[in-house]
Amino acid sequence: MTTTQTPPVIPATHEPLLAVARSVAGEDGVTVSVFRDNVRFHVVPGKVLAVLKNLRSECGLDMLIDLSAADYLNYPGAANRYGIWYVLESVSSGLRVIVKTWANDPEPRLDSVFDVWRGADWMEREVFDMFGVVFDGHPDLRRILMPDEFVAHPMRKDYPLRGEGERHNFLALSREQS
Amino acid sequence: MAERGIPVAVEHEPYDGFVVAKLDELASWCRKNSLWPMPFATACCGIELMATGASKHDIARFGAEAFRFSPRQCDLMIVAGRVVMKMLPVLQRIWLQMPEPKWCISMGACASSGGVFDTYAVVQGIDRFLPVDVYVPGCPPRPEQLLQSVIDLQDKISRTGTVLGREFRGRGQPEGPRSLRTEMDSADQMVAPGNFRTSTRSWSLPTVNDRPRA
Repeated sequence: MTTTQTPPVIPATHEPLLAVARSVAGEDGVTVSVFRDNVRFHVVPGKVLAVLKNLRSECGLDMLIDLSAADYLNYPGAANRYGIWYVLESVSSGLRVIVKTWANDPEPRLDSVFDVWRGADWMEREVFDMFGVVFDGHPDLRRILMPDEFVAHPMRKDYPLRGEGERHNFLALSREQS
Repeated sequence: MAERGIPVAVEHEPYDGFVVAKLDELASWCRKNSLWPMPFATACCGIELMATGASKHDIARFGAEAFRFSPRQCDLMIVAGRVVMKMLPVLQRIWLQMPEPKWCISMGACASSGGVFDTYAVVQGIDRFLPVDVYVPGCPPRPEQLLQSVIDLQDKISRTGTVLGREFRGRGQPEGPRSLRTEMDSADQMVAPGNFRTSTRSWSLPTVNDRPRA
């Protein structure tokens, strides 16, 4: 999802993080983009769990601030459908980095980071609920917001914006019968 | 009582102390002045509902100050706020648990039409699934508007009320708006994937009037 043509200027604070990420995923496994003070590592999906694990153990990024996703269906220039990101922070130094990866239809899958950060539990469940990305290794991957019998993933871009939908699939009570 | 709209005849001599009135009107007069609201408050309208009950606006002036959090003790449900598809079965069940006679006020834009929340989860008006007597516009409505709706409901009760609740029997059809499906092009129509007749959704709700018919 890199749009800048010129190589990004990586802050000196993030150089060691990039070195660790590249040592795990290889030179081609990680690309970097910078937007204002956000430094983003784009990691290939197969390596993202290992990269996150090492960023935590070797660089002190001990807190998972956010784990979320977006659907890039029909997005200009997008190569992959689902973008998933992990925002990491070091509690002691305040250093932040965003690790991004991607998934694609028909079966969007990623490795769960539940074993690295327990806080990923509900965040991965929400991504699963809203986008249908399955996290392998998650101990309890159920829907978290929508009812259990819901089968769609409503934050996908191809989910209809109008119409009756599941929200109106209920019994209507008349005054006489109630 | 005559001043409050109930035609009565008072005999002074020799039957001092007797009042003659139609039973329906006497029952309605009692009911309308002691409405016990069930506060179904799910959003910001609930804050206005609390303000309506507080001292400045004081819903007790209209006899409706006895908010009860058990539907078994209530006869007026005030739905204040948006209702999502996970909450609707709860709302219906609470409505069914209220004893007769009972009325429903749909308070605010969200309860009445979904308001700005035209999303995958929010029910576009509770009247699609429940019988509503009075709607209150506003986002959220002022307490004065809610008080006016209580006054309007009192008026409705005194006009139509019967001691046996005969006025409810004519309302045998769902009273909400037409299905959304009829209002849009076929290209816009959404097909709900899957079968939703499971789990939290009940398709034969037990109702108080489900007694064997002779």
